[in-house]
Amino acid sequence: MRDAPAGGSLNVRLGPWSVRLAPRALLVSLLLLLAGLLVTVAALSTGEFTVPVPDIIGALFGQGTPVAELIVGKLRAPRVVTGLLVGAAFGMGGAIFQSLTRNPLGSPDFIGFTAGASTGGIIAVVAGGSALTIAGGALAGCVVTAVLVYALAYRGGVQGYRLVLVGIGANALLLAVNSYILTRANINDAATAGAWLTGSLSGRGWEHARPVALALLVLLPLCAYISRPMRMIEMGDDAAKAMGVRVEAVRAAAIAAGVLLTGVATAAAGPVIFVAMAAPQLARRLTRSPGVTLASSALMGAVLLTAADLAAQRLLAPTQLPVGVLTAAIGGTYLVLLLRKDRH
Amino acid sequence: MASLETSGSRLTGTGLTLAYDQRVVATGLSVAIPDESFTVIIGPNACGKSTLLRALARMLKPKAGAVHLDGSVITSLPSKEVARRLGLLPQSSIVPDGITVADLVARGRYPHQKLMRQWSKADEAAVDEAMRATDVTELADRIVDELSGGQRQRVWLAMALAQETPILLLDEPTTFLDISHQIEVLDLCAELHEAGRTMVAVLHDLNQACRYATHLIVMKAGRILAEGDPTEIVTPELVREVFDLRCEIIQDPQSGTPLIVPEARRRVPATAAF
Repeated sequence: MRDAPAGGSLNVRLGPWSVRLAPRALLVSLLLLLAGLLVTVAALSTGEFTVPVPDIIGALFGQGTPVAELIVGKLRAPRVVTGLLVGAAFGMGGAIFQSLTRNPLGSPDFIGFTAGASTGGIIAVVAGGSALTIAGGALAGCVVTAVLVYALAYRGGVQGYRLVLVGIGANALLLAVNSYILTRANINDAATAGAWLTGSLSGRGWEHARPVALALLVLLPLCAYISRPMRMIEMGDDAAKAMGVRVEAVRAAAIAAGVLLTGVATAAAGPVIFVAMAAPQLARRLTRSPGVTLASSALMGAVLLTAADLAAQRLLAPTQLPVGVLTAAIGGTYLVLLLRKDRH
Repeated sequence: MASLETSGSRLTGTGLTLAYDQRVVATGLSVAIPDESFTVIIGPNACGKSTLLRALARMLKPKAGAVHLDGSVITSLPSKEVARRLGLLPQSSIVPDGITVADLVARGRYPHQKLMRQWSKADEAAVDEAMRATDVTELADRIVDELSGGQRQRVWLAMALAQETPILLLDEPTTFLDISHQIEVLDLCAELHEAGRTMVAVLHDLNQACRYATHLIVMKAGRILAEGDPTEIVTPELVREVFDLRCEIIQDPQSGTPLIVPEARRRVPATAAF
């Protein structure tokens, strides 16, 4: 076995089956899982009413005091689970588009998909829609924007840089549309929409977590299946085709998965900025794997979002910040630090 | 559809009309790549030589006609199946950030792998052999981005070799390399050819083409003007017709193949000659 320096590779063979694992990526994933667990426990335990860690399990399974059950089971657990799922969806959606465009700026936050979801969301807010309508509006806005951007960028196939350029144009246009809608809305709607636009996990219940969980359940196997051909496409369309990758089919599947992940995540938590952009970049630098990795990006997104939400709730308590403020601050700072280190 | 009287050619194109969007590059082009040859396609810029290669490698869908591999229309075969028989080194590929030589070469095994068979012993052996043949074993742990142009081209070649295809197409493999690296890459191609592979390369340099090709295809404006053994087909008339260049043809003192010497405008005075 020959070892690459990036932690080498671990070949596991059993009869006709073999898998190739990168120890460093595995280790990073395990540490991210652990970090996610710690954040989850902290989010369930701490706050205005402290639930001691040993009591959490009881409270979750109906063995605790009524107060603990209410606070942990009804208030904190749905919020933290929604955070984990939304973070994972943003992280993976971001990783998909960064891989397709071979560009960190190819994230859904930059190429109009998140802005399109916002447009759908605030139109629903202004129209006086329920939480469900707002979520539906966001998902629809994301999908419609993606279809338009894809169609406009299409020329017998879609090149990454065209997708980014068209997307940046769409993003600018949609941000203008969003501002216009807010100026025309009455003051109460504008305030609601403004709050939603920052992205927040406050008051999220199981009804918010469920659609994201369902989307991840369906899309995770698809993403696992296309992650290898996607890595081949990062070398260029011709190189991938020459290796037998069905480039356009894989790309279409990846775009569909990325749009749905971004759409359901935005529907659940609003357009939380920066997770989709930062999570894949952070994950890539920690795992030191070439190209974008989907699994570690998803884990990183989950940890980033829940940690940010915990900080948003506790740092300035009793003042509660929307999580979007914190994700930008934490993710941005960390990314700048890593980029500085990159320069050696 | 096409009649294949081309025994001895696993890879053929019949009646090809090739175009990018609306710009037609060639019409009614037919070509057969002789098995176990080192075929070199040559011609002036924009003659369609790379386009033809891309069509043969199924990168470009012909507007009319068809490319056949082993008697089947190439697009009707499963794409991974084709990739186990026919490899292509594209003109330019993107090096993934931070990838090592060994990892990049290993990607050449993709068409042989499945979700649950990611790294068999055959994969490992093929990668080792490809790195040995291209002399990059020493570089295995290096980051590809940090290599010189010549080294990097050898790594890409190693990736294509790891694919273990009996037919290998190369789109201008020597462009952007300095002369010593050009010869290095072409010598390597010649070795691969001698080891039994069918090699097809698009080249710019007519003298290099004559030296390395066992079968030369000369193109101009989307048509094949001549093809065959370079020593038999390359004449001053052909060079003048294709490249619009007056020249003399002598024997390459090293290889015995045709050497094109362009007509000189200026002569060094006889006393200064050596």
